[in-house]
Amino acid sequence: MVQPAPQSLSRTPLYQAHVALGARMVPFAGWEMPVQYAGGILAETRAVRTGVGMFDVSHMGRLAITGDRAADFLQRVLTVDARSPKPGRSKYGFVLNEQGGIVDDIILNNIEGADTAFGLVKFLLVCNAGNRPAVVAWLRKSLPQFPGVTMKDETEASVMIALQGPGALPLVDKLSQKYADHGMYEIGGLPSSLRPFTLTDVREDVLQRNLYPKPPGGILSRTGYTGEDGVEVILPTVQGIRIWQVFQGLGVVPCGLGARDLLRLEAAFPLHGNDIDPTTTPLEAGLERFVPEGNTEFIGWDVLERQRGQGVTRKLVGFKLLERGVPRHGFPLLSESGSTIGHVTSGAFSPTLNVDIGMGYVQVGHAQMGSRLVVEIRDRNVPAEIVPLPFYSRKR
Amino acid sequence: MTTNPRDMRYSKEHEWVKMQPDGTALVGITAFAQDQLGDAVYVSLPKAGSSVKQFAKLGEVESVKAVSDIFSPLGGEILEVNAELAAHPELLNKEPYGKAWLIKLRPTSASELEKLLSAEQYEAFLSSGDARKGH
Repeated sequence: MVQPAPQSLSRTPLYQAHVALGARMVPFAGWEMPVQYAGGILAETRAVRTGVGMFDVSHMGRLAITGDRAADFLQRVLTVDARSPKPGRSKYGFVLNEQGGIVDDIILNNIEGADTAFGLVKFLLVCNAGNRPAVVAWLRKSLPQFPGVTMKDETEASVMIALQGPGALPLVDKLSQKYADHGMYEIGGLPSSLRPFTLTDVREDVLQRNLYPKPPGGILSRTGYTGEDGVEVILPTVQGIRIWQVFQGLGVVPCGLGARDLLRLEAAFPLHGNDIDPTTTPLEAGLERFVPEGNTEFIGWDVLERQRGQGVTRKLVGFKLLERGVPRHGFPLLSESGSTIGHVTSGAFSPTLNVDIGMGYVQVGHAQMGSRLVVEIRDRNVPAEIVPLPFYSRKR
Repeated sequence: MTTNPRDMRYSKEHEWVKMQPDGTALVGITAFAQDQLGDAVYVSLPKAGSSVKQFAKLGEVESVKAVSDIFSPLGGEILEVNAELAAHPELLNKEPYGKAWLIKLRPTSASELEKLLSAEQYEAFLSSGDARKGH
């Protein structure tokens, strides 16, 4: 029997599929989400590193933005150079506040001309679930300066699935070969010919079977949050649910938030609310490469420019523990002489690398590669060493 | 729910005690506890030779999700610590009542056993919904 959702929590259209798979559901960012399925977090993590796993990421915010001046508007509210991504490109970037602090990290998809259920839309902006209200409110503040630009929240009208792992692209290729009907973008035939951070429009019949009349479409992008190759698919709700079942029938391992957090940490992708937040800037977080020089119009640009000139006082670093222990968010980081130099923002035992890893902010003077520090794990001081990021990168 | 061995006693903090013929006691965590924890990745326990009081903190289990304190269901002197758990914390998930015992101790007082639950009482406690949820 399906219990009603606890008050104030939303459910994705795949909720019942999760329950049927034996998922453990937990509250996350205002949603009731699977933290793990019956096989457990370690098995799910392994599936993504060695085979193929799928994540319901329908809780992520999806905002459709269009209008003649849509790119100008985005140029103002995102660090992304919104005039540069051509149709079919995806860009990672930030929404910043006036202090240069990170309101959210986002992916901007240019879907102009794509044949999707979202209609004639230029951009689809994907933001974090928990930040969706803040992002919508922040963007709305600048919207009146750009007459004709509209923003529509499409989150609850669609399903978003991340298919990740070395087996992801071959699997999507196989589905597409069987029912060769591709999206409008010239991708040379198969999804595997999509370069990283490019996308195509896609219909369920591309991935599944020839349906008539043609069902409304969505997009398929070569993006993800696991450090493995893979795609993310956004489809209207009904089609999205069916695709989840098709993937399931092909033996794709369903994976929850627990595995997602481990995978992204091994790949050193920041988690908003942990590693980055409205009080930290992209420069402090070592994410400067995602702030293109082509955009000087965005809110917070002046602060970043000043930080570029003067340097930052703290930096996000990665470290590995030299003895056993698990660093958790908020634990103090100390110098070898015992003074506090920062704090842990994320940490876990890495099953792929078989070592305890973490990220955290430290004073710049203590951020040198290879230098030693101490993690205060409750009543224990555990030695650690600063290491290059990412902790894990896939073989290419 | 897994059945819990009848020849053990249980705490409301989800630890078990199994008395040995020589009067020593083995201590571990229950099937319910490991299920709530999820995959265990690290177990922190005191050294052999130290002492612990009944219901005082014995150590910690780190799972992929969180850390949980373990409380000693009996007071006594710790005679042995299960060395296998350092290399194989996953035993806690696979064999919580077998290979994954945590410590062997010499109980301070046999009367402390009476403060613990029988398997039936422990199962009634679990189904009453009073059991600690979500570690």
